[in-house]
Amino acid sequence: MTTSELQFDTPSDRVVEGPVLQVEDLHVSFPSEAGRVQAVRGLSYSVSPGEVLGIVGESGSGKSVSSLAVMGLLPSSARITGSIRFQGRELIGQSDTELSKIRGRRISMVFQDPLSALTPVYTVGDQIAEAILIHKRGSVSKAAAAKRAVELLDLVGIPNAAERAKAFPHEFSGGMRQRAVIAMAIANDPDLIIADEPTTALDVTVQAQVLQLLETAQEVTGAGIVIITHDLGVVAGFADRLMVMYAGRAVETGLVDDIYQQPRMPYTLGLLGSIPRLDVSEKQALVPIKGQPPSLTDLPPGCPFAPRCPMVVDACHTAEPPLFDVDGSAEHRAACIRTNEIAATDAEGAEAAVEIFGAEVADDPEVAKIPREQRETVLELDHLVKEYAVNKGVVFKRRVGTVHAVAGISFDIREGETLGLVGESGCGKTTTLMEILNLQKPMSGEISVLGTKSSEVDGKRRFAIRRDMSVVFQDPMASLDPRLTIHDCIAEPMQVHGYSKSEINRRVPELMRLVGLRPEQLSRYPGEFSGGQRQRIGIARALALEPKLVVLDEPVSALDVSIQAGVINLLEELKAKLGLAYLFVAHDLSVVRHIADRVAVMYLGKIIEIGEVDSVFEQPRHPYTQALLSAIPIPDPVKERQRERIILTGDLPSPANPPSGCRFRTRCFLHASLPPEKQRTCIEVEPPREVQAPDHEAACHFAQVREVL
Amino acid sequence: MTVILNEGDSAGTTGAASGSPVDAAPDPGKAMTRGRLVLIRFARNKLALVGLAIIVGMYLMAFVGPLLSKWTYDQQDYSAFLEPPYADHIFGTDKIGTDMFALTMRGLQKSLIIGLLVALISTTVAAIVGAAAGYFLGVADKTLMWVVDLLLVLPSFLIIAILSPWFRGKSWFLLVLMLAAFQWMITARIVRGMTLTLKEREFVKAAKFMGQPARKIIAKHIVPNMASLLIIDATINVGSAVLAETGLSYFGFGVQSPDVSLGTLIGGNAESATTFPWLFLFPAGFLVVFVLAVNWVGDGLRDALDPTSTRVRRKEKKNTKEKAA
Repeated sequence: MTTSELQFDTPSDRVVEGPVLQVEDLHVSFPSEAGRVQAVRGLSYSVSPGEVLGIVGESGSGKSVSSLAVMGLLPSSARITGSIRFQGRELIGQSDTELSKIRGRRISMVFQDPLSALTPVYTVGDQIAEAILIHKRGSVSKAAAAKRAVELLDLVGIPNAAERAKAFPHEFSGGMRQRAVIAMAIANDPDLIIADEPTTALDVTVQAQVLQLLETAQEVTGAGIVIITHDLGVVAGFADRLMVMYAGRAVETGLVDDIYQQPRMPYTLGLLGSIPRLDVSEKQALVPIKGQPPSLTDLPPGCPFAPRCPMVVDACHTAEPPLFDVDGSAEHRAACIRTNEIAATDAEGAEAAVEIFGAEVADDPEVAKIPREQRETVLELDHLVKEYAVNKGVVFKRRVGTVHAVAGISFDIREGETLGLVGESGCGKTTTLMEILNLQKPMSGEISVLGTKSSEVDGKRRFAIRRDMSVVFQDPMASLDPRLTIHDCIAEPMQVHGYSKSEINRRVPELMRLVGLRPEQLSRYPGEFSGGQRQRIGIARALALEPKLVVLDEPVSALDVSIQAGVINLLEELKAKLGLAYLFVAHDLSVVRHIADRVAVMYLGKIIEIGEVDSVFEQPRHPYTQALLSAIPIPDPVKERQRERIILTGDLPSPANPPSGCRFRTRCFLHASLPPEKQRTCIEVEPPREVQAPDHEAACHFAQVREVL
Repeated sequence: MTVILNEGDSAGTTGAASGSPVDAAPDPGKAMTRGRLVLIRFARNKLALVGLAIIVGMYLMAFVGPLLSKWTYDQQDYSAFLEPPYADHIFGTDKIGTDMFALTMRGLQKSLIIGLLVALISTTVAAIVGAAAGYFLGVADKTLMWVVDLLLVLPSFLIIAILSPWFRGKSWFLLVLMLAAFQWMITARIVRGMTLTLKEREFVKAAKFMGQPARKIIAKHIVPNMASLLIIDATINVGSAVLAETGLSYFGFGVQSPDVSLGTLIGGNAESATTFPWLFLFPAGFLVVFVLAVNWVGDGLRDALDPTSTRVRRKEKKNTKEKAA
């Protein structure tokens, strides 16, 4: 990354002493039909120059609202009280015109969704130049602003910046757009950058790039950074201090290391315990936090977390605890009356959570005891190929190219086994899934479900296979018909397959209980349930026909961490109880490590590494797997800082025009380090999948073990 | 319509507690099917029930009323011209001495049937054609949309006018079909667009992957999710069908004298509205009340079908509270 001739004043030039941002006793409330929603209730924090503050919390905890209040971007119906001081200047009560002078110039923001943060009708360069011109009109000419825009794009690592500045946002990939947004945020050398879930919408490899970029941005501008996230892993290596929010208040604040090692509030404990760890091989128990965050319209007295807390005592219901200093340090504070008792447990971090929340590991299913080779094959893919034609022209369509979405992949799943299919978005995971679920004759290759080949089945047989294979989708909001009651949703597959009415009426409540929901709720509509509950309903529907194979398409990625743990536990329990086989598609490798027995890594329509999960995670052979693994943040600040990061350059190449030979070579760090004659092999010969260890195959000419965890 | 969010409905956004008894199931333990639930929700809406009662009442009146009256619509009382309502002619008489009650009832018969049938047929056709085109795409889509575009560019009024001598004397049902045939195209286009987006939703895919045949997916998932649009469309169509028929009849097509419809009555007597108001007010009043009642029923149906609508439930909550007090 070039620092070029960009002019940023050095951090030492700061005129203002003390914290950049000081928030004191901030209250924000919104009117709603059910009463006033107290979104933020007495929040205090400060950010020093050059400091990174992480704000962590579930959705609805008020973390975004509090930062929007700092930016002055809340709707006029919001009632804001308290004090927000930016470099000693009070922001509350300032007019919008006054704030506009500070916004974008002194405080800038990076939003979650890079797609909607850029205007689609202007070029990226123009938009960055605009950010400069707004605040420096008169002193900077248009040409100078455009030149600086290019320099900024170069700074954030966009290759060929001068050319790309003329591109429109839709021509950028998600990661590049987020880079452009960051370029815009640092364009005026701000003193404070607020990043609201900057990596949530991005792939893991891109997430690592963006986090590194934010670090660079912080270095060049010397700004204080507030990073808001729901993922404790993301901030572990990046933030200096942490603030955990719950129900509109800070419940624990402190230095990152202290919070991760000695959490003193049960909620923080729960959050830490609910994250599947990439670096833990033996089955680790995940802590689900029961229940839902409270409604913020009228909170009962007492600790808002009390209804979900495993350590609750009567005293918790009397008054809401303020932030106490814990462990005798003024830096680390927690809002819990029983902090001393938590401190008394020997275990640290996530283990303490398991102890306190009493989570259990599900047993292995019965079939898992039989050796893999002797078990029945549930699903087998043999060199499956799926291509899409790229057409041009309106009247006469000409074929101008082919998208090789899936380029010959093979794997099998045995009874009672979970195969995790991972890869970046655009690598062909979803296409593979749709091919399997459609059960049509593939363009080339073969799909066999329970020994029946999809190319040889007629409509009747296909219908029969559907009974043994079901699907759970990613988005619990979209996967249930909003117009059907829960009963009808779960009953649908049984109606299709001709179950009798009495049998359906018997089985539906049974399924509800199986997924941990109460059968009394059957005549409600999906809209009345939360995301986690809806995902459970989706699972109940998938299990209705007692399938052998359940295809899970990112089943937990749309859920909050604490809810996610509950769903993962449920999936494991069901697998053990019913002897199911799962095809688990995910981009979150830590979840895959937790739930899968075997894992297949996809890149550009090919499986580049496949094998037993511990073997692949501990001794990855393919450079891409190594890069993927190293990009996943580990929720442990000490480990995280020591880890070696492999940052992949660039984005996934277009599947319409994949590189010759090894498809990964364009981004491969190993390829770059090889002597030219060996590089030739990569360019000319496509690496076959070769056995590297027992039940571990990788497709790389120069495969070598590299531990990255 | 007011949208009131209570805890249960905000569950989607804030994730409200699962245990809160928002909508106590009327019969716990036994789950209900959609049909019964919709019926119960519809029955809770008083205005919709009133509307339904009015429509049923009007039908009874239109078909039973003439039997009780001593006058018929094609009979003249030469002793009473342009008489205001009195005991013998309760709605008065027109300038040639025809009993206005008999005429209004005869007109009501025609308009009730034409209005409701045209609305039903055109909305049904729109839903089926639009959903099929959007769901199947390909050749089916191309053909159906070609038909839609063709019908859209044809001047419907002219065609009905040209064809009307041919169906003169034949069944009135032909007129209904003709009117319906020119009313469904725009809705069908909207329905097709909505189907395209609905089709990508995961619950439609889920139904497909569990083996549900296409026609059932359309009937069970796609059309109900457009119910609001279709019901509003149908209620508007009732009014416009009556008006279209009025327009046709005014120019001498459509319903022909001596037969009458509310349209011909209103059209013919509009100029007497101020001088001899009974000639105009009775047929016009019936038309207004009829369209209003249809709208109420439509509203009620939409609320009953739409799970996010809270009006029904809120009312029930209030009632239970009152009872408890």
